[in-house]
Amino acid sequence: MTATAGAACAALLRRDLLLAWRRRGDIAMPVLYALIVATLFPFALGPEEALLQRIAGGVILVTVLLAMLLALDAMFRGDIEDGSLEQLLLAPQPLALMLAIRIFAHWVTTALPLIIISPLLAGMLHLPTPVMGVLVVALLLATPLLSLIGAILVALTAGTRRSGMLLALMLLPLCVPVVIFAAGAVAAAQQGLPWVAPIAWLGAALVLALVLAPLACAAALRIALDA
Amino acid sequence: MTAEAPLLHARALCFSRQEERVFGPLDFKVAAGDIVLVEGDNGSGKTTLMRILTGILHVDEGTLELEGKPLRNIDAAGRIVFLGHQLGLKADLSPLENLRVAEGLAGRRDGVDAMAVLREVGLSGYEDEPVRRLSAGQKKRAALARLMLVPAILWLLDEPYANLDREGIALVNRLVQAHADRGGAALVSSHGTVTFLGGEPRMIRMHA
Repeated sequence: MTATAGAACAALLRRDLLLAWRRRGDIAMPVLYALIVATLFPFALGPEEALLQRIAGGVILVTVLLAMLLALDAMFRGDIEDGSLEQLLLAPQPLALMLAIRIFAHWVTTALPLIIISPLLAGMLHLPTPVMGVLVVALLLATPLLSLIGAILVALTAGTRRSGMLLALMLLPLCVPVVIFAAGAVAAAQQGLPWVAPIAWLGAALVLALVLAPLACAAALRIALDA
Repeated sequence: MTAEAPLLHARALCFSRQEERVFGPLDFKVAAGDIVLVEGDNGSGKTTLMRILTGILHVDEGTLELEGKPLRNIDAAGRIVFLGHQLGLKADLSPLENLRVAEGLAGRRDGVDAMAVLREVGLSGYEDEPVRRLSAGQKKRAALARLMLVPAILWLLDEPYANLDREGIALVNRLVQAHADRGGAALVSSHGTVTFLGGEPRMIRMHA
């Protein structure tokens, strides 16, 4: 019985979700972090509703993206340490496709819980209810984009020890446009302006990253292991 | 009819790390049905050679061909199975779940199934135990089970005897012999001065 790409994707996705489930505490960490940050803001700035409303969208986006950074570093670390990545390289499947599945699984286990609690965070900061939909859409596009960009950088720094610092430095400039467009959409919606354009830009960037990031990731990991 | 290209053919294969020769030059051929013992002291480059043969590490100098074509990781995929010091097992999954992943990724040899291979490597009763709770030798056995399951033709075993008891060593030898009898080939590395394989296997000697 030869393995089909579909069966391989299913096996890998099942594995990653199962692993995440067995280590549920790791999933809770970014969620807890985001919850704490969003809770502390009103205490630091005072409970003035107009002020909180104005900053709510930006605060939540930045909080969610930073919370994702916490888990990003570990994306391929386990696989490199226990030799699973070598097995993945030797499997008769396109590495880029397998990595796309891994990135998807990582997004599901880190970003999706954050998106689910984001309306709660937004409520705590008095974000108007009609804007919440736009916030969730912006997060649904911005977080996978960040996962994909992050995955390339994680793969590039996979060979180096203590890659955390380097990763954060490299990711910063790439994060900026994502935050600008996502926060721009939320701010526009809040002011009653059309918000489709920044969302469309995010969508376009996401499509581009969906195609290119797994390929770049595969090339980078091959280089990282070839040392 | 032209003579069939050997499964693996290395000519003047060398590897250097920062200008320092790790091993080589090595010349060898591995044909279907061959069992080859790679022997050398600690640090003589056995693991490096194994990683080059998987195609993960680049060929530094010389040529290396798999079935007459230059070995590249992308083409070799699925033909080669590698058992290294890192066993490629997920500690939070059970041996059975680990095998299911391997099966999904690399396929399954005809006529075998995950439960049967686990029984054969002596892990009956441990199918659903997380790998982290198994002993070092049992982990090795779980990794050996993967070799039997996937349909790769070339086995690269880096120090497969480490951590195994007498019975485990016999198991490795039995598996390798059965694989060779099926028309597969295996390269087995060992630092030991004694060879554990029965009979007189071919040798590749590495010098530090």
